[in-house]
Amino acid sequence: MEHHGHTPTTTGLDNRKVAIWAFIGSECMLFASLISTYLIYKGRSVKGPFPHEVCSPPVCDTVMKPILNIPVTSASTFVLLVSSLAMVLALAAVENADQPKHTLGEKILGNSKLWLFMTALLGTTFLGFQAFEFTSFVHEGLTIRTNLFGSSFFTLTGFHGAHVTAGVLWLLTLLAIDIRRGLKPKDALIVDIAALYWHFVDVVWIAIFTLVYLIH
Amino acid sequence: MTHSDTHVSHVDHAALGEVKEHPTWSTYWKVAVILTIITALEVWVYYIPSFVASHLFVPTLLILSALKFAIVVLFYMHLRYDHRLFRALFTGPLIIAMATIVSLLFLFGHLVIHAG
Repeated sequence: MEHHGHTPTTTGLDNRKVAIWAFIGSECMLFASLISTYLIYKGRSVKGPFPHEVCSPPVCDTVMKPILNIPVTSASTFVLLVSSLAMVLALAAVENADQPKHTLGEKILGNSKLWLFMTALLGTTFLGFQAFEFTSFVHEGLTIRTNLFGSSFFTLTGFHGAHVTAGVLWLLTLLAIDIRRGLKPKDALIVDIAALYWHFVDVVWIAIFTLVYLIH
Repeated sequence: MTHSDTHVSHVDHAALGEVKEHPTWSTYWKVAVILTIITALEVWVYYIPSFVASHLFVPTLLILSALKFAIVVLFYMHLRYDHRLFRALFTGPLIIAMATIVSLLFLFGHLVIHAG
């Protein structure tokens, strides 16, 4: 098992990879609790603003339009999906780092630094969209203390944003290692583990986008 | 055979024979296009008032979302190609998580079974 680059285990699998899958499994349950809290409180706020409905007096002091901005969130969803593509290309580039690259296309596809940077950049762009959304909500009168929708919405999307932030920092760490000494095929597992985390953050957003933003 | 056509080798977890090769770069691009199309479809149906008012709206969005979820997990997270232990570590908690959501929605009256 020595040629696989990890200490022998009874399963023959690297403990680090088993650990990240177990962690992702536990994260499924964390986000399930946050999503179910949001869904349970959905439609039970006694004062506005509301996610999909207009809030009129006397429930609200003034007429408030639905607060969710679907075009902006659709754009941020697209950005996160593209970041997942960049992440798999980064992993593939590291796995094939020792293969000769002749054409410009092969050089671009095989540039792990480029794809790690792109993934981190797209993740940061997603966070920028989220900061814009949160700021505009606060300006429109929705904070985490306003109503049940505000409490559950900011908690759910805030937790997701914190996970994206951790992912971006992780990616930047890998990029720094790649710049410093170059990531080789023997390092593919550490990139694979980061990629699994990043894709998980993406699939959680797929669920949030549908359940929170689109369904009403 | 060009570089982009070569199969991307799997990482160092090929301990058992069940582990298959990871997808090619072209597969990754195709998956990205499919995910983009599904997302566009989701947003498009959101803006069709007659469809939003119909009973098909929520099931359609849930199916499209589940499809995207499965595609990312199977192809980008390589669960289709990896060891079955990883599949169990993910699908076990995922089933518990989904059962929790559905149970709580029933408990708090968001989902109702109509008898008879």
